[in-house]
Formats: sequence, structure tokens, C-alpha cells
Amino acid sequence: MEWSWQRIPGEYLVTGVRLIGGGKVSARPGFLHVKKGRLEAIGEGRPTLAGLPELAADGLFCAPGFVDTHVHFREPGQEEKETVATGSRAAAAGGFTAVVTMPNTDPAIDNAGMVRYVSDRGREAGLCRVLPAGAISVGRQGETMAELGAMVEAGAVAFTDDGSPVQNGRLMASALQYARLLGVPIMSHAEDLTIVAGGCMHGGYWSMRLGLSAMPRAGEDAAVFRDIELARATGGHLHVAHVSTRGAVEIIRRAKADGVRVTAEATPHHFSLDHGRCRDYSPLFKMNPPLRESEDVAAVADGLADGTLDCIATDHAPHTDTEKELQFDQAPFGVIGLETAFAAGVTYLVRGGKLDLGRLVQCLTERPAAVLGLPLGKLEEGGDADFVLLDPEREWVVTRETLRSRSRNSSFLGETLKGRVLATFLRGRLTWHADDPSVVR
Amino acid sequence: MSLKRKDVLGLEDMAAEEILLVLDIASQFRAVFDRPVRSVPIMRGRTVVNFFHESSTRTRISFELAEKRLSADIVNFSVATSSFTKGETLRDTAENLQAMKIDMLVVRHKSSGSAQYLARVLKCPVINAGDGCHEHPTQGLLDIMTMRQRLGDLRGKRVTIIGDIAHSRVARSNIWGLGKLGAEVTVCGPPTMVPANVARLGVKVEYDLKRAVAKADVLNILRIQLERGAGSGFPGNREYHRMYGVTEDVVRTLKPEAFIMHPGPMNRNVEIASEVADGPRQVILDQVANGVAVRMALIYLLSGGDPGALAPGEAA
Repeated sequence: MEWSWQRIPGEYLVTGVRLIGGGKVSARPGFLHVKKGRLEAIGEGRPTLAGLPELAADGLFCAPGFVDTHVHFREPGQEEKETVATGSRAAAAGGFTAVVTMPNTDPAIDNAGMVRYVSDRGREAGLCRVLPAGAISVGRQGETMAELGAMVEAGAVAFTDDGSPVQNGRLMASALQYARLLGVPIMSHAEDLTIVAGGCMHGGYWSMRLGLSAMPRAGEDAAVFRDIELARATGGHLHVAHVSTRGAVEIIRRAKADGVRVTAEATPHHFSLDHGRCRDYSPLFKMNPPLRESEDVAAVADGLADGTLDCIATDHAPHTDTEKELQFDQAPFGVIGLETAFAAGVTYLVRGGKLDLGRLVQCLTERPAAVLGLPLGKLEEGGDADFVLLDPEREWVVTRETLRSRSRNSSFLGETLKGRVLATFLRGRLTWHADDPSVVR
Repeated sequence: MSLKRKDVLGLEDMAAEEILLVLDIASQFRAVFDRPVRSVPIMRGRTVVNFFHESSTRTRISFELAEKRLSADIVNFSVATSSFTKGETLRDTAENLQAMKIDMLVVRHKSSGSAQYLARVLKCPVINAGDGCHEHPTQGLLDIMTMRQRLGDLRGKRVTIIGDIAHSRVARSNIWGLGKLGAEVTVCGPPTMVPANVARLGVKVEYDLKRAVAKADVLNILRIQLERGAGSGFPGNREYHRMYGVTEDVVRTLKPEAFIMHPGPMNRNVEIASEVADGPRQVILDQVANGVAVRMALIYLLSGGDPGALAPGEAA
């Protein structure tokens, strides 16, 4: 990629790129013409215009900016882990131009004022579109429904009590029914706490061998099943967060065949890693839902391949080093994922023969945008110039130094991954450049 | 041969020869107990820290006795008196200990994996005195020592472990250690305490007590954790006793020379009937005495002690 600009001009061309969209990769190189933050033109071959500044990106792939339906930016209340600004930086470094932030902050995002607060922080950071999800219940207590209507007016794009699964089925049913009015999905952190009861890793051979308390698959499967039946009964749009079990994939597959309005996401760690990673008691492999068995990992990948699972979402969950240095059973759940999502996809799904590059990109762009019902994740003339330049062949080692998030709790630390997001553009403006981080503040 | 390792964290990663070496040294130390002066000056001037982050009476006293009989300097601290109650992390505690130049750490902790963690952080040897539901290697070694005293070579010998295998660190250390020495291990208890996947550790799973003990050479009866409450996996002590308690009726079905072990402290008339606990088949006090000897042997070997240098005159 030839690069001589100190500042991104208002109008420019990106040339020599293979365009990815609609699940396909163009056979011939093409170009983008960006003007005042919008895509003036897009096409194959060479642009007919001359005299514009040109970014010659021969050999690279160009895709729409990625969309993540599930991140934790921790603001307000836990700014030592991440802020909207630092999280936005990590998002840009991962190729994301839009992220849905979870409402389990302190205080929770359970009213219109809080929704606006998060949106404003996102606009100030200016590195990606920060789309807040609101809480389903007041204070995420799982009892009284929050003011979903007011929150949608303020910009909320989805509702969830993520982190605290809604145990009250009646409340879940009401939320699904009520959200039909608002045209937004109800995202379910599907977990039956009476089954999971204080477990800290997947219930199986490794939990038994390591002497760690178990989170059985049934805790997830039963909760997914309940929520799907509630979606069937109410006609509401259910989005199942971070699907990790073979059983849940199968339940969702059947529900979709029945015409239930259900969508679902999978995280990179759940399609890449299994519970054997916990063998050294490292909390970098502790998350909820937990890493499961190889057959679950395969089922999640197959679910993404056949469309049962709509999209890849990172569940980017920053925690400080201090917290992640606690003992496995004491450490908090969660790992970061924005910056390694594309590379994990290339490494484990594309090289693993589950998806081709076009489909992988679809799982990171069009499909999450469709879950949210938002006009994102596409390269269209007249639309915003949110795009990424990708090198799917480039290998890189994930180290603490490569990560831009405020926290460093990645399951992929030390691993060599293939596939790098070389540059990210939001409304035509550069927000990330892998080889010259100084370009971005 | 000497023990070429920094730490003893579990029996899972110890080779059979290492286990046998420890037991050999332990039996030499055991002989010291019958002398009027029971201590040897091997660890003089060295400091061992006993770090008990979970309440323990027997194991702590046993370690302390072992250390005193080796003439080590001892520092004890337990959770009630340490700054852990103020939220200090294990890493901070470990680094503080390191800065104070200790020679060895003995650790008991409620979290599985904490001994491994400390061993990675600390330069000095670490002995695991029980980590969560994971391993309790010194208990495993003393159990094996007690079995070998009566059965000799354990190859082909049948050991039945009864109780809450899923949550027992004693069970795991027994299973790994006995497996290395060629014993045939059967585990027994209700399915809530003995998940089927325990078989993948190389043991036979048997849910019927009578069948589990019929051919056994030794029973190792685990303590039932009365405090586990709703998660305990059994309806109550009375039912547990009825179905899995080792009573005189059960003992009558054993092979004539079979004997009975228990790591203590016992819940009399729950997992073991009082008459059995006091009966002629039990070797529980041998286990206790062997515990001190095994711990002496480990401390000696991990502090660089040469097995050959331990002349019979010094130990005996």
C-alpha cells in the first residue's frame, strides 16, 4: 500500500483493491472514489477520473467497515478497564466502524439520558459509530421493564440485560412483545442460573480434571430454548448472544426453519478455542459462556457457515491485569476481542475450511447490520465511506504491545494469527493504520 | 537419583520413580520417630513458610511437625491473620514473600490451581498442601505409603475410593499416584459425586458399594463435606450412610486381609460407622504418622537433599 499522505484529503481514490461484498470477492481489482466522507463511486477496473490523490492498494482487499453487535466499553463506572474512547480505538484497530455497547455499566444504561451519554462519548472519540444497547429492566435487576421507548428515541439500537440473564420468563416475554413496537431486537444472554449455579468453566472432562466448578451446557441450551419459545409466542425479534453449544445451534436452526424471528451471534473465541485451553488455570480463557468442547467449536463454526448463526460478535470484555491475575475461580469472566476478530476468522474459519473470505466478511458486515436493521455494512454509491483494507495473508503475533484496548486480556496473546486489518476508514477518514499507528492519534 | 524438580504441586505430573524415591526417604525418616530425640538438623537456618488460605488442622500440624523435626525455621500465616482479608492478591502476597527470602512455601488454598500459580511466580520450592478440588499430593503420598507398608508392590492391587470424587483433591491425588504405581482403582459414590467422565482418569466407576468393595485390597473412604448444602448431591447424612456408609455389614463382605483408610477428619456414622472407625481393619493412625514422614521427605528432597547422603545413622 503506497502511502504518502500526512492528512487524508477530502476527495481521493483507493485503487487496485479486490472488493468484498454480498458474500463475494471480486475477481478483478477495483476502486473506491471517496468524496466528503461518502462513496462517490465504486467499481471494477480503473476509475476514469484523473488528477485526484490516489491510494494505490494493489493486492489488498477492500470490505465494508465491520459491525459488532456486542462490546463492553465499561463507561461509565469502570473506566480503569476501558472507556468509550479507548474501546473505539480498539474497534478501529480491528476494522470495526460500528459497535453496539452493552448496558452493564455502573450505573446501567437503563434510561434515555444514559443512552445519550454513551452516544455522546462515542461521537467525541470519533473513531467508530457507538450504538448503545439499553437495559431491558430498570437497573438490570430483572424485575421492572425499563423505558424502552424513550431509549429508542435517544438512539438505543437493542435491549439486553447482558451479563445478568433475565431469569424472569414473564419479563422476557413482555420485552419481546413490547419491542415489536419499536422495531429493535431483544438480545438474550441465555443462561439458566439455577443450572449454572456458580460454575467457572465448561462442565466436562477438564473441569473434572482441574477441580473447577462446572457450567453445564444445559444451562445455555435450556435458556435458549425458553427464549425461542417466548419469541415464537410473542412474534418479537430475539437475538441470541454469544452462542457456544452444539445444542443451542441446533435449537436455533430448528426455530429458524419454523419461521421464528430469531437471529444469533457467535464470538471468535467460541469458534476457535476449546476448554482444554484452561489446563494451566489461566483466566485469559475464562469467559461466560465458557470455552466448550471441540464438537461445540465445530458446531458454532458450522452454524456461521450455514447461516444459523447470523454474525460474528466479539463480546469484547476488558478487564484489568490485576483482575485477570486472580485465581481462575476468582477472576472475572470475559476477554477482549475486537482487534483479533478478523484474524481469528481467517485463521480458524477460512483456513479451517468452514467459510471463504467473502462469507467471513459478510458475518462481520452485512449480517450484523441486518440483525440491527441498520443501513450499515455495505459499500454503496452515495453511502458513507466506512471501509477497511485487509491483508488476509499477513501473519502477526498477538502481543500486549499490538493491542490498543486499555486492557490486555486476550485469549490469543502469544498466538500467531493470519489476517490483518491494515487500515480502517470511518466516513472517509482514517481511524487505523497497522503499519503507521502515528497516523491516528 | 534425586528429586529433580522445583515444586511438588500434584501427583499427576510425578513419575513413578519420583514417588518411590519420596516414599523410600519417608520410611527412613519414619524410623526417626521412635527415637527419644526425633529431630535431625538437616534444615537448620532455612525458613519454611506455611501459608494456609483455608482452614486446616491436621495438614498444617503435620507440616509443622515435619519442618520442626528437620530443624527448619517456621513462619505460619493463615487467612484470618493475613492481609488477604484486605483484598491483597495472591501475586502481591507471593512477591512479598519472595522479597523476604524464604526457602520454601507450603500452600493450602481454596482455589484450584493456586499452587501452580505460586510456583510460577516464586523462585523457591512450593509444596501444594491442597488446592481447591484439584490435588492434595502429600495426602496422596501418605496414603500410598500406608498401602505399600501392608501390600508391598501395588501393581495389580485393588484400591476402592468411596465418596465425593468430583470435589475431592484427595481422590485426584490418589487416582494419579496409584495409577502410576500400577494399582487398579475403583471409585464409588452416587452419580452426583462420581460423574461418568471420572473414568477418563483411568479408573473404574462403580455406583454399587457392595460390588465396589467386593474384591478390594483397601478402601479409602473420603470425608463427606457436610457444609456443601444444596450442591452436595445427596439428600442427607442418613441416606448417604444407608447407601454408601462403610458399616460393619459392609466390612463383613470384604476380603479377610482388606483394610480401611480415611484421610480425616471423620464424620462418624456418615461415611464410616463408628465401630469400623475404631475397628481392627482401620489404619488411620498409621496414615497420620506417615503423613509427617512423607512431608519430611519432600521438604528434604526439594531443599536439595541428596538421598544418598541420608545415612542410616543420621535418620535411624
